[in-house]
Amino acid sequence: MTLLGQFALWAAFAIGLWCVLLSFSGRWQGRPELSATAVRSVYAICGCLLVASVSLWKGLIAHDFNMEYVWAYTSRNLPSSYIFSAFWAGQKGSLLFWAVVLSLFASAAQLLTARRYAHLMPYVAGVTSAVVTFFVSVMLFAADPFERLGITPADGRGLNPQLQNVGMVIHPPMLYLGYISLTIPFAFAMAALLSRRLDTGWIHAIRKWTLVSWLFLSIGITLGMWWAYVELGWGGYWAWDPVENASLLPWLTMTAFLHSVMIQEKRGMLKRWNFGLVIGTFLLSIFGTFITRSGVIASVHSFTQSNVGYFFLAFLVIAAVLAFTLLYTRWALLEAEVQLESVVSREAAFLFNNLLLVGIAFSVLWGTLFPILSELVRGTKITVGVPFFNRVNVPLGLLLLGLTGVGPLIAWRKASTSNLKRQFIAPVVSGLITLAGLLALGVRDFYATVALALAGFVAGTIVQEFYRGIRARSRMHGESIPLAFARLIGRNRRRYGGYIVHVGVLIYFVAFAGMAFKREQEATLKPGDSVEMSSPFGHRYRFTHLGISQYEALNRIVSAATVEVTKDGRSLGLMTSEKRQHVDSFKRPTFEPSTEVGIRSNLQEDLYIVYAGSVEGTEEAVYRFNLNPLVWWVWFGGLVLALGGILTMWPGGGPTTSAPRRAQAGYEVTLVGAGKD
Amino acid sequence: MGVSSAAAMVGQPLVATSGLQAPQDSLAGRGATGTLRDPSVVGRPRQPTVIRGDEAEIQAIEQRLACNCGCTLDVFTCRTTDFTCTYSPTLHREVLALRDEGKTAQEILDAFVDKYGEKALMAPKPEGVINLTGYLLPAGLIAAAGAGLALFITRRKGAVAAVAASNAPKSMLQAHASPEELDRLRRALADIED
Repeated sequence: MTLLGQFALWAAFAIGLWCVLLSFSGRWQGRPELSATAVRSVYAICGCLLVASVSLWKGLIAHDFNMEYVWAYTSRNLPSSYIFSAFWAGQKGSLLFWAVVLSLFASAAQLLTARRYAHLMPYVAGVTSAVVTFFVSVMLFAADPFERLGITPADGRGLNPQLQNVGMVIHPPMLYLGYISLTIPFAFAMAALLSRRLDTGWIHAIRKWTLVSWLFLSIGITLGMWWAYVELGWGGYWAWDPVENASLLPWLTMTAFLHSVMIQEKRGMLKRWNFGLVIGTFLLSIFGTFITRSGVIASVHSFTQSNVGYFFLAFLVIAAVLAFTLLYTRWALLEAEVQLESVVSREAAFLFNNLLLVGIAFSVLWGTLFPILSELVRGTKITVGVPFFNRVNVPLGLLLLGLTGVGPLIAWRKASTSNLKRQFIAPVVSGLITLAGLLALGVRDFYATVALALAGFVAGTIVQEFYRGIRARSRMHGESIPLAFARLIGRNRRRYGGYIVHVGVLIYFVAFAGMAFKREQEATLKPGDSVEMSSPFGHRYRFTHLGISQYEALNRIVSAATVEVTKDGRSLGLMTSEKRQHVDSFKRPTFEPSTEVGIRSNLQEDLYIVYAGSVEGTEEAVYRFNLNPLVWWVWFGGLVLALGGILTMWPGGGPTTSAPRRAQAGYEVTLVGAGKD
Repeated sequence: MGVSSAAAMVGQPLVATSGLQAPQDSLAGRGATGTLRDPSVVGRPRQPTVIRGDEAEIQAIEQRLACNCGCTLDVFTCRTTDFTCTYSPTLHREVLALRDEGKTAQEILDAFVDKYGEKALMAPKPEGVINLTGYLLPAGLIAAAGAGLALFITRRKGAVAAVAASNAPKSMLQAHASPEELDRLRRALADIED
């Protein structure tokens, strides 16, 4: 199968180069038959990469330990689901996964894009094929997933224990799908620039793709937080690790694009900015890949250091130069159709929102690279950890949360004083009531208080928007409240789906604020010993160490430390945290012992127990106990955000073409007002 | 021998090995602590945690010190998480020793910087041009861009208003809408706008 796999990779490489050549020359020479061949080549590349992928999976399932990749990431006793996910667990396999998924997306883009955008498709084929060909070339020249060993070992090294988690089966594909699908909007943007068709056509063509990318990135990041929380055992879900930051960067710029694209659709503004955002987002996805795979920055999440980093760095530079040069050459054609009229308008609010999102992205990128810059300039190594990122980014994040509540309240074009009064009263009162409640409850943490008060303000905004929409429908159509609610969302999915996404963001911020009140305590306990902790919600927990049991599971020896838990004197049952020594099928240890935390979650707080080790080989156990407030809401916020995203991209329901017409009507009202004044 | 470990036989399921109902288990203060059947599979041997009167201060100091094992975590989090790290327990002992010498939190941090360099801190000190640039540049750029944007829009506003007033179609002006009517119309449009 390795021969077949390698042949398929070489074939994909050759067809990819051919496709790039044909797609551009076909358009430039005005020869449609060449363009048509280029489009068909996209499917051929996809077929080749599917064959390569099946070859790798076949090797994994057959335990072909003569294949270096199979030996390095699996063992005979590895559970089947992890043999499946081992495909993307290592550097080489994940490159193949990236390439095959991108080729599937490229094919889907060719198949699903409406015929009215046919003029863009040869260029789209060329750009997507260029990116796929790059990934294939990395495999062929630096990271061959089909590399053979000189001998055939009896068993493999097994999969890293931290990757043996259901989160790692789902989280990387989700994140990859987000990263990979960013290539499609980028390809359409390049196609629009190359073809000089710079109207909003390309924006409409990529609408679904941008939402798909954003949705997968959102789900992937949330699942990544969940995996870090349940698997790494340090007690939190976000550590501003470079690899975590790398996933956040394109999400931030893509979120900015999803907002600013509305201004281009409605007002014909921000054309250059939108091209810049799409290009920047794609480059950030490649930058993230570079960070994850080059070893240039230390991270617990990254792949082992290898020379593929040079390939990605070169690709990043070349792609940036080509894309921005192309944008520069079309600069004059991208003049805005109208100009902004007022600082107090929804367009301006969106602009400030974009400024903050891009600013936060810059801030995260800056913090990630600051150790390298500092060493270059001062020759001094520094650590840029959680305190730095919190100090720089938390105020910006809170500002962004505030704008989430402000944006929907301001009218398009120019808001009048009466409009502002009418719109802001309820949300501001909501925020002030929340603030008063928090102060009355004795909450004194500054950032947490501000975050929760702003959350009250944003909640007020969203509730007011839904309330007014439902009331208008009830009056106009005589609908009952549930029916009006359902139709309000169904008839304008983009707007109200967006508000549901805002609800998800709001829940995230509330949950993040909760971690300001976390409690943690270490304790060494003999069987029968107890430790007590008070939670921020006033509950008193008692943890009694019962003992440690050792047993064998499929591919590991487990030492399970069991704790009996009571809450305010009432028994909650038992919790277990484990040390796992993974072994191969010959019972030989494969990795250092890993920790499996014990978590008991409810709406208020998580009990989080880490069995850190034993004293002198006895049942006397060293524990860390955490009481983490509001963590459940992080996962719920992610769910709400994803549901809002799905609703927004659901087919139909969004009369986007009439939006500019309505905006024009509003403009005429403004002119009449100006004339009368 | 503790009943849990005594009952723990390789290959038996958890239920059979837990021994939670066994009354003869040795409990703290009531007998010897049981020995694990295989201590080698629970990682490096641990020292009993010493809970001190100044535990909260020690924890706060260690949360400002970086572990150098590559975990990107602070000393407290790393040593209580146990990525099989041997650095963070050593650094913890150094913190305790400095504390026992009567040093304040800041003096302990300074001692670590003297010994290991600035990378010993979880975040660079906000002093010096480079470090201050690190802290202030993002917010400074956003503030400058925001101010520039606001200024740009405000300057345009005058020009746009003048153009709008001179270009306002006569037929519309003849609509004779009162300010109240215009406000009602704006509200209605605001309700339906996308």
